[in-house]
Amino acid sequence: MSGENHSPLAQFEIKQLIPMEIGSLDASFTNSSLMMVLTVAVISLFLIVGIRKHAHVPDRWQSLTELSYIFVANLMKDTVGTEGRPYFPFIFSIFMFVLVGNMMGMIPYSFTFTSHIAVTFAMAAFIFVGVTLIAIAKHKMHFFTFFMPPGVPMYMAPLLIPIEIISYLSRPISLSVRLFANMLAGHTLLKVFAGFVVSLGFAGVFPLIFIVALTGLEFVIAFLQAFVFTILTCLYLNDALHLH
Amino acid sequence: MTTDREKTGEKSGPSRFSEEKQGLADLDKRLNNIRNQQAPPSGLGQRIKAPPGNVLGLAFRVSVELLSALAVGTAIGWSLDLWLETGPWLMLVFIVLGGAAGILNVYRLASGFGYAAGYKPGDEDAEDADKADDKRQA
Repeated sequence: MSGENHSPLAQFEIKQLIPMEIGSLDASFTNSSLMMVLTVAVISLFLIVGIRKHAHVPDRWQSLTELSYIFVANLMKDTVGTEGRPYFPFIFSIFMFVLVGNMMGMIPYSFTFTSHIAVTFAMAAFIFVGVTLIAIAKHKMHFFTFFMPPGVPMYMAPLLIPIEIISYLSRPISLSVRLFANMLAGHTLLKVFAGFVVSLGFAGVFPLIFIVALTGLEFVIAFLQAFVFTILTCLYLNDALHLH
Repeated sequence: MTTDREKTGEKSGPSRFSEEKQGLADLDKRLNNIRNQQAPPSGLGQRIKAPPGNVLGLAFRVSVELLSALAVGTAIGWSLDLWLETGPWLMLVFIVLGGAAGILNVYRLASGFGYAAGYKPGDEDAEDADKADDKRQA
C-alpha cells in the first residue's frame, strides 16, 4: 500500500479506482471491487480449465476442481440432505467466492474484501432473505410456527415469540461478523507484528519467525472461515427446508 | 490465537447431530453414500469437518452470538420507539429481550441444537448434552 502510511489498518483502506456515481449514490469502482472481479475471474479460470478435458483419469488440475466440487457436495449432503440439491450452485458459489477471496487477500499488497463488514453483511443479508423466502414459499403460513416452539404454554407466547424473532434476526449479523472479524483481526495482527520487525532491529528476528508461523495460521483461518460461512448457510437452508 | 481460529470449524459437530434425527432411512442413505465415495475425498472431508475444538474459539463464537442478538434487540426497540414515540421504554424492554435471545443462541450453540430457531424435539437430547459436557471439560 502507500509508502508513507504505516498504520496496520492502512491495508483496509478503500481507494477509488474509477469514480462513478449513480444519482447521488457513490458507486465507484474501488480496489475492493477490483479484487472481487479478480476473484470471480480466478474461480472461472480454475473451473473452466479444470473441466475442459473431463478425462476419466484426471490430471492435477482436474482433481482439484473435482475435489472442491465433492467437498461442497458432501457438506451439503451431510447438512441439508438431498432436498438441498437445487441450491447447490448457490452454495458452491458462496464457498468459492469467500474461499478464493480470503486466499487472494493473503497475497502481499493485495486487498481482502472479506475484511469489510459491508461485503460480508451484504452476503449474509442476501442469504438470510433468500432462505426466509424459500421457507415461506415452501411452508406458506406454517413458517410462522417456527417462532412458537411446540409444547409451550400459551401464556409464554408474548415473551417467547419476540425472543425467537430476535434470535432469528441475529443470524445474518453473527454470520457476517464472524467472517469479517476473523479476517480483520488476523490481517491487522500480521501488520502489527511486521511493524515490530523493523523497529526492534536485530531482535526483530523473533517477530519475523512469529510472522512466518502466523501467516501459515492465517491460511488455515482463510479456509476455515470460508468453510464455516458455507456450513452455516447450509444449516440455515436446512432449517428453511425442514421446519420442525 | 492459533487455537482461537481453529475452534471455529468445530461447529460442524453440533450441526451433524442436529440433522441425525431425520431418521434411520436417512442414515441408511448417507451410509450408502459414504460407502460409494472414493476414499481420498471422503477422508479429507471427515478430517476438515472435525477440526480440534478449543476454548478461545468457543469464547469468540459465544460472544458474537450474545452481542449480535443484543444489537438486534436494541435496534428493534429503538426503531419502535422512534415510530411509536414511546420514549425509552420499548428500547429498555427489547434490550432485555435481546439479551435473552443471545443467551438462547448460546444455549443452542452449546447444546448442539445447531442454529435452529425453535426447539427441535429430538431423541438425541441426551447425546447433545453429553457433547456439551465434553466441550465444557475440554
